[in-house]
Amino acid sequence: MSVTVEIPSPMRDLTDGQTRVAAEGATVAAVLADVVTRYPGLRAKLYDGDKLRHYINILVNDEDVRYLDDLDTVVNDGVVVALIPAVAGG
Amino acid sequence: MATSQAEFTIGLQCKLCGKIYPKSPVNFCTDDFGPLEVVYDYPAIRANVSRAQIEARPRTMWRYRELLPLDGEPTVGPQVGGTPLIRADRLAKELGVSKLWIKNDAVNFPTLSFKDRVVSVALSKAREFGFKTVGCASTGNLANSVAANAAQAGLEAYVFVPSDLERAKILNTSVYGAKVIAVHGTYDEVNRLCTQVAFKFNWGFVNINLRPFYAEGSKTMGFEIAEDLGWRFPQHVIAPMAGGSLIGKIHKSFEELYKVGLVNEAPRTKMYGAQATGCNPITDAVKTGRDRHKPVRKPNTICKSLAIGDPADGYFSKNLIHTTGGWADDVTDDEIVEGMLLLARTEGIFAETAGGVTIAVARKLLAENRLPRDEEIVLCITGNGLKTQDALEDAVEKPALIKPSLDAFLEVFSGGDMGLAKSYGPAVLV
Repeated sequence: MSVTVEIPSPMRDLTDGQTRVAAEGATVAAVLADVVTRYPGLRAKLYDGDKLRHYINILVNDEDVRYLDDLDTVVNDGVVVALIPAVAGG
Repeated sequence: MATSQAEFTIGLQCKLCGKIYPKSPVNFCTDDFGPLEVVYDYPAIRANVSRAQIEARPRTMWRYRELLPLDGEPTVGPQVGGTPLIRADRLAKELGVSKLWIKNDAVNFPTLSFKDRVVSVALSKAREFGFKTVGCASTGNLANSVAANAAQAGLEAYVFVPSDLERAKILNTSVYGAKVIAVHGTYDEVNRLCTQVAFKFNWGFVNINLRPFYAEGSKTMGFEIAEDLGWRFPQHVIAPMAGGSLIGKIHKSFEELYKVGLVNEAPRTKMYGAQATGCNPITDAVKTGRDRHKPVRKPNTICKSLAIGDPADGYFSKNLIHTTGGWADDVTDDEIVEGMLLLARTEGIFAETAGGVTIAVARKLLAENRLPRDEEIVLCITGNGLKTQDALEDAVEKPALIKPSLDAFLEVFSGGDMGLAKSYGPAVLV
């Protein structure tokens, strides 16, 4: 599946300044793996070892994946996967 | 040695990896996205503060200015704080405890909730950073406070709230001229939207890019509790939890008073958190021993001010509760209303639904023997009941409506005790 990944401003220096990048994958996990292959600098931002960092929320078409199937959430062609820093509010 | 206010604040530090950042409007670490917290030069502050100096200042939150992250004088909310700490003997008797205090931020100035504390810091800081427009994501009390304080400061304000908020909380925001954006969605969705808006516009969002500074304002609730107890700490504090920040900052305030020598003994206070059962991600994590809270997709409670399903400080507040030896629990909507009525009818304090949560959780913790009955307990009341009157619509008796005659009154009175609302019922005489 071809999807669009939204990159938040603190990660954009690692995507040549692009706010949205294209990626492939059938699940959220596969999409993220593809993104870090294309932009290797993002790996350390997104992952702590093999685990995704706690303070990044991942949304598929504006829905938090924790309310879907988390990283196993299936993505369809054309969806937008957004990476959003989670430390806010309260 | 640092001697000026600006030098007391060193910078910001990631709570996860410890990386230091300069004082700037940023709320997360660019390496691991962990939350940033203000770091102070405690030895310098210690050399520059004393009890006498603080006691000589006006009774506002700014009497503790050395421990707040401004570079200069506060320019927004100079009269915030200094709310009463009340010895609550009648409530204590009802709950079966011997020493009970209420920290009453239901009467905080100007918008009747503890949020005026955090907002005055955030907007004073916003001015230092040169922002002309400010904003927030809010469950209501913050909306009121940002709107009012921004009006006083001459700042433009954008306030984002869930569209199902209490009418009073929306009206109490719009009145100040703030632009109110009601979002179809939960608070967490509003919050996420604001994060996206904050990236796009150069605005000072108090609980997003100004969040490290903003959150420090809550410490003043703890400073005041300790000072009013005679520069000492209570054994137990119960605080409501939404994002989970307040409970941590109250405890941090105690640690700081010890670090800078204003209190001689290290705090051993046990911290207890209170939530509504309809939105209990933190109390659930405490009770189940879960490492990370499980976010609540659709909060469902009359206590909208605490309806944050994915609390930013959930992890830290859960850990604090465990390390201090406290506990956490949650209560149903009916118990929340009972708590509001109990507080109003024993102490004459009309707290909002979150206050009902705190009172009801205190009662539950006592019943579960999680809280001792013979030690000193402080309950934190954070908002005013006038803002959440809808919750009590069916819980209080309608007034007895009578003709202006003594006979009509006597008929209603019936020799009963007028002090008990239930004894006369909804008598309507025409």
